[in-house]
This record gives sequence, structure tokens and C-alpha cells, in this order.
Amino acid sequence: MLAFGDRFIALVFAIGVLVSGVLAVLTTGAQAGPYEDALSRFSADSFDQTIEGINEVVASGNAFAAPVITALQEGRLLFSAESKRVFIREQPDRLIDAATGQPAAGAAPADLAPVRLNNRLRRIVEAALGGLTLMAPDPGKRLEAAQAVLRSKDANALPALDQAIAKETDARVKPALIEARAAVVLYIDSASDADKINAIDLIRERGDQEALSLLGGLPANASAPVKKAAADAIASIQSSLAIWTAVQNTWYGLSLGSVLLLAAIGLAITFGVMGVINMAHGEMVMLGAYTTYVVQEVIRAHNPALFDYSLAFAIPLAFLFAGFVGILIERGVIRFLYGRPLETLLATWGLSLIIQQAVRTAFGPTNKDVGNPSWMSGSFDLGHITITYNRLWIIVFTLLIFVGLLALLRYTRFGLEMRAVTQNRAMAASMGIKTSRIDALTFGLGSGIAGLAGVALSQIDNVSPNLGQGYIIDSFMVVVFGGVGNLWGTLVGAFTLGIANKFLEPYAGAVLAKIAILVLIILFIQKRPRGLFALKGRAVEA
Amino acid sequence: MITGLVARSLDRGAIVFLVILAAIGILVPVLNLMMPVTSPFHLSSYFVALFGKYLCFALLALSIDLIWGYAGILSLGQGAFFALGGYAMGMYLMRQIGTRGVYANPVLPDFMVFLNWPELPIYWYGFQHFAYAAFMVLFVPGLLAFVFGWFAFRSRVTGVYLSIITQALTFALMLGFFRNNFGFGGNNGLTDFKDILGFNVQAPWTRAALFMASAFALIVGFVICRVIVSSKFGKVLVAIRDAEARTRFLGYRVEAYKLFVFTLSACMAGVAGALYVPQVGIINPSEFSPGNSIEAVIWVAVGGRGTLTGAVLGAVLVNYGKTYFTSGFLAPYWLFLLGGLFVAVTLLLPRGIVGTIYHWSAQWRERRAAADAAPEAVRAPDAAARPAE
Repeated sequence: MLAFGDRFIALVFAIGVLVSGVLAVLTTGAQAGPYEDALSRFSADSFDQTIEGINEVVASGNAFAAPVITALQEGRLLFSAESKRVFIREQPDRLIDAATGQPAAGAAPADLAPVRLNNRLRRIVEAALGGLTLMAPDPGKRLEAAQAVLRSKDANALPALDQAIAKETDARVKPALIEARAAVVLYIDSASDADKINAIDLIRERGDQEALSLLGGLPANASAPVKKAAADAIASIQSSLAIWTAVQNTWYGLSLGSVLLLAAIGLAITFGVMGVINMAHGEMVMLGAYTTYVVQEVIRAHNPALFDYSLAFAIPLAFLFAGFVGILIERGVIRFLYGRPLETLLATWGLSLIIQQAVRTAFGPTNKDVGNPSWMSGSFDLGHITITYNRLWIIVFTLLIFVGLLALLRYTRFGLEMRAVTQNRAMAASMGIKTSRIDALTFGLGSGIAGLAGVALSQIDNVSPNLGQGYIIDSFMVVVFGGVGNLWGTLVGAFTLGIANKFLEPYAGAVLAKIAILVLIILFIQKRPRGLFALKGRAVEA
Repeated sequence: MITGLVARSLDRGAIVFLVILAAIGILVPVLNLMMPVTSPFHLSSYFVALFGKYLCFALLALSIDLIWGYAGILSLGQGAFFALGGYAMGMYLMRQIGTRGVYANPVLPDFMVFLNWPELPIYWYGFQHFAYAAFMVLFVPGLLAFVFGWFAFRSRVTGVYLSIITQALTFALMLGFFRNNFGFGGNNGLTDFKDILGFNVQAPWTRAALFMASAFALIVGFVICRVIVSSKFGKVLVAIRDAEARTRFLGYRVEAYKLFVFTLSACMAGVAGALYVPQVGIINPSEFSPGNSIEAVIWVAVGGRGTLTGAVLGAVLVNYGKTYFTSGFLAPYWLFLLGGLFVAVTLLLPRGIVGTIYHWSAQWRERRAAADAAPEAVRAPDAAARPAE
């Protein structure tokens, strides 16, 4: 009797479900499939049912699966117990039917409540989301998801990973997925040793900091062969990482050195030829940077299409403008101070104050926005280091200037006369060289090169009236270190200081590295008071 | 013997100058404290603090003039010695705050409590004693100058090279003192002082006493410089300035002379800094900035390089100009003016104000002597009064 009653109730219930299912099909016009079944589990208001729902929704492969799970995570998944329907709240007053993805028709049911989560569920939701995005249509999303799994080492993601690896075609994403799978396998207790050692091999290939922390964090209960394999892998990764760190520091050092060389090379020329320390040199750099700014503003205003070529206009203009100001300074002030280097130093310091304040008055004290042309922005990876295009171009630009200057000194008449004046001013004058003209042109050349440096620095530094101040002491150090009257000395000095600085930085921090470099130079001066590549002979005392 | 040495070193101009300095040192505090506020002769406390600051700058300028004007050493890092002296005094003043700080820690200054320092670093020990701090005011700048000069002069680093590495020195110190873990208050430096020798630093009487101390220090510094430059030692210095190689070949130990005078000038700069700090109430790393040191050099150039009175006069004049211009609507133009001053003085007035006056009076005397037609009347003007070319 009782059994019959139970069956009867079950029958009625089954018919009821059938009818309601048919009704649902009729009302929504959609096919009732595993996805819709899974959705209805959310309306049961039970944690176990919700877990089932999550797993089934994910397994269904429906396009709405990801939004539904996201909404669940964010507490925006609402259900109505009465109508057994599930909604996603988009905006406070806009509901979307989770089954169809269309805005909910008609008035919202009165008994809407969010699907509740607890901590256990939240973890499951996260894993499910990771699994879902592993199969997202966008390769970038998939890559991110793979990296997220790699970091979380979540065992729940394993089935999703296997699925994703099987489906993956992108050459960049697939290795990431495989690495993520290896990371997961490594942390599953039940995985066999052989699997784990395979996983370790995969992770070793990755060879970065992430791999190190994965291997280093291995649980203590791992078997001996696994531990040994991990230790070996760690050692090999560490040694390769050390090499990469050195390569990276060298690269940063070259980059810094090229900037120093750019800033110092003009100074070396004027100092070498005239024995004049131009304290306003940094301001010439600053003027070059502001020339770039003005050129870009004009191009933006009149012909934005030319923006990528703005530097092509800025380079000659900055050279000419800074060179012109340099010649003005030489003719107007420095000419009267030859033979009095200390007074020249003071006068040019005064000029630097005036130029700085003039720029501050004209353009304001704030940083100016100088854009990178498209071919100078972005970066590419070389092994484990990232190389930005603007730094790379600056190194190329610096070397071009250096080679050009060497050629100018060696193969032109002006260069010949300049070298003659450097070596022996009186003799050069008596051979018919107009030394005062050479002085003016040399000063113009040095200032013009500073202007070029300004164009380059505008691409990586803030363009403000204080731009030059930041480089002046460093470029003095380069000149003093490298020695006067020899461009190779400046080159070696700049790159040595740049690389030394970057190698010291990881140990001492940026500021202490700088202090250490200054102290080292002060000590170095003791050994070689006139720098690495000093002029020898009578020219020294002249 | 010492009195004889001092008496011989002071010519009429120097005595007049010293009398004026002493008069200022006494009159200013008296007019500030004794005169009623309504009296036209009353000097405000603001003026006392301001002028006290100028006197400290004058002492700094004097120390630069001693090495630049007489030994040809252009130090662009003199501000570093000034700031080091200032920090030594600041450390004493910080220790005097005691429990009156924000965190009321009897030993640790506020910034150390704030940075969770467990205990006082060793180099802060002893600074609660004024005598020790006063010793350090002389010792720290002197030691740095001695070590630095010993290296630099021994390897014959001269001229602009020396200027540049002294500039690098002060730049390096600035970067260091900006760091919190150096233990000197980082960016904010040392400030919020309460007492000096048990007297409130803000009190008018203390301010007047500090002013008098500054004037006294300036007088002592002036007399020391005067004694040095008018002695045989000073003559050797001038010889080094004008022809270093020749002086060396004559058998003088050039580097020893330079080292002595460089160290002495660093100690003077340190004293100037130590007197400066309680009067302005703060010392921070920006005092190390290379710009400050160069600015101090221009004071000397304006007043007259190689004339001690000129250095003092230049420091007071330029700083008065700075105060005047930067406090009004002309503030944006001050840097133009300062920059112009650098250019104009080096181009048009290479002897400086006092140097030019000396030069004129020497010329006038020469001419008069020539007019008197005395056979050997063409006397060489006083070498000390003539700046180097």
C-alpha cells in the first residue's frame, strides 16, 4: 500500500516535471538540454545542488556558461524558487534570462534571491572559471588563464586543462597550457613519480622565477627521486637565470651608458678643445628635448598623419637650435674668458640658470608630454629579457652619432683643424688656422650634439626645465673618467659607468649604487688624474 | 707672540672692518632687545634671524675665499662641509628635544621612532653633550676635507677637475642624506628643535645670543684668514695659486700647503653651518645640493675674490638681494638676476666690488707717486689686495 503510494507520487511528480519541461520549451522556445537542466539546479538553494549545477554548466559547453559562472562569483546570479528560473543581473534594474541570454521578459518574479556561496563553493567557482577561460575564443584570454592555473596549481583544473590542450592550436598558448598541466600534476599527491618527473622536466624548460618557485615549493612528502629531479632542475634553472640576469644587467647598462654617452659626448668635445667646462651643457640637452616637444605640437596641430616622422624633423631642428644657442654663448660670453676655466665654469652656470628659468617662464614648470612614434613604442622578448624599442633605438642613435663624429674629426677639414687646436693652440694659430672660428664652431657642434641627446632623452625621460640638471653631474663624471680629448675615452667611460651602475644596483639599490660610482671615480682620479685616455705630452699642461 | 702676529696682520682696512663687524654684533641685538617696539630704532626679531643667517653665509664665503682667492682651489662642494657642520649641530639639538617630541621617546628622535628604529645608531652617541657636538662640528668636515684633499692634492688633481669632483662629492652626500636608512632624518632632515644649552631656541634672548655668536665666529674667522694670508705661509699660497708647478720646483710641498688650508676652510664652513642651523631651525639634505655651493662661490666673486672683506660683503649683498627679490612680485625673475650676476661679474667685474676698489686706489696711489717724481716711488701694490687673473 505504502509502496504503491510512493510510486504514485513519483509518477505524478514525473508527469509534473515532464509537463513543466514541455511548458518551458513552449514558453522560451529553446531546446531543453543539459545546460538548462543544470541551470535549474541553482534554483534549489542548496550548496550541493549548486556544485552539481556549476559542474554541469561548465560541462555543457554552452556559450553562456562563462557569464553565468562569473555572475555567480560576483553574486549577480539570481534565482526564483517558484518559477525555477535563473537570471543574471546586469545593471541594478536589468535582468537577463540565464537560459536564453535575452533580457528577461515581463516583470521580474517577486521572490528573486541571489544564489548563495560558501568558501568551498568559491574555490570551485574559481577553478570552473579558470577551466572555462582556458577554452575562451580569445588566445590572449587563454594564455592568461593558463598562467593563472600555473600559479594556483589547482587540481580541479586538470580535466579542463586536458580538454583545452587537446583542442589548442595556438603555438603560444599550447606550451603555456602544457606547463600549467605540469604544475598541476606536480602538486597532485596521487600522481605517479614518473609523471611528476616528466612535469619537472617541462617546468625546467620554462626556466624562470616562476618555475623556481614551483619547484622550490614542492610538498615535503614527495618521493626521493622526485625531490632529486626537482633539486637538479632548480640548480640548472638558477645557473641559467644567473646568466640571464647578467645579460639583462648588461643590456640595462648599455642603455644607461648610451644615454650617458649622448649627454657627455658634446661636453667632451668642448672640454677637450677649449678646456672649457660648460655647465650649461645640460640646458642644451633640455633645449633639444623642448624642440622635440614643439615639433610634435606643431605636427599634432597641423598634420597628425606625420606624427611618426616627428623625430625626423626634430633631429635636425634640435641640432641647429641648440648649436645656434651654443655659438651665441661662445661668442657672447665664453670668448672673453679663455684661459680662465674657473670663471668660465661660473659664467656658464649662470647661463644655465637663465636658460632654465626662461624655459620655465615660456613653457611652465610642469612636465611636457612628448610621445613615442609608433615604431619606437613596444618591446620584444629575447630569451628571458624584454627589450623595449625606444631603448634599442637610442643605442643605435648614439652609436650613429659617435661614428659620425669620429668621421667628422678624421676626414673633414674642420675636424683636422679642431684636432690641431686641441693639440697645440699656439702652433695651430701660427699655421693659419682661425682658432676663434674653430672655437665657436666647436662649441656649436658640442651644443648641437647635446640638442640631439635631448631629442633622444625626450623619448625616455620627463621633459621639464630640470631635465638637463639630472644629467650634468653624470656626464662630468663620464668626461673625467674617460679622459679629455679622446672620443674613445668618452665611449668607454660612458659604457663602463652605465654597466657598473646597473650591476651594482641589485646589491646596493639605485641611490647607493650611484654614490658608490661617485666614490669609485673620486678614487680612480687618484690613480689617473686625467682619466682613462689622457692626452700625453705638452698638451697636458697647456 | 700671537697678539703680535695678529697685530701685524691687520692693516687699517681690516681693523675698520672688524670694528664695523663688532659694532653690528653688539648693536643689532641691543636694538632688538632694548628698544621698545614702537621706537624707530627697534629691529624686529625677523631681521635678527635674517641677518644672523647672512653672517653664517659670510663665514662660509670667507672659507671659500681663503682657498679660492688665495690658493686657487675652486671647491664646488664647500656647501657639503657647511651642511655637515649643520647636521652635527642638528643632531645635538635633536637629542635636546628628549621627551618633548611627538612620540615622547627620551632617547630616540621622532623620525627614528617613526621608522621603527630599535635603538640609537652608534654615530648618534654622545651628541647629547654640547662639547662633543661642537667638537664634531669641526672634526667631521675637517676629517672629510683632510681625507678628500689628501687623495686629491697628492695626485695633483687641480683646476676644473677638482671643481667637478668636489661637486660630485657634495652630490653623493646629498643622495646619501636623502635616504632614510642613513639615520639623519631622510628627506625631512632634522627640525622641530626646542633647546640649545638649556635655552629655548625661539626666545629673543637666545636669538640675540646666536647672532652675537655668529658675529664673533665671523670675526675670529676673519682674523685667522687675515693672519694666514699676510704671513709667509700666505705668500706661498698665492704663489701656488699663480704658478703651482713653479712653486713646486722651488721646493715647496704644494700639496701640504693646500691640504692644510683646505681642511681649515672646511672647519670654518662647518662652524658656519652649525651656527646657521639653530637660527633657521632646520637642516635637510637640500643644503648639500651642488647649486648651493656654486651660489656661495658667486658671493665671493661678487665681493671680490682674494679680498677677505669682499667675501663677507658679497655674501651679505647677494643674500640681501635674494631675500628682497624672492619675497616680492619679482620672485620669478630672481633666477634671471642670479644667472645674470654670474655672467656679469665674471665678464665685467672680474675683481669683484672690493677688488675693484682696491685696484682703483692702488692705481691712484701709483699715479700720485709717479707725479711726485720720486725715483723709486712705483711700489708694487699689496699682493693680497690684488686678485688673480
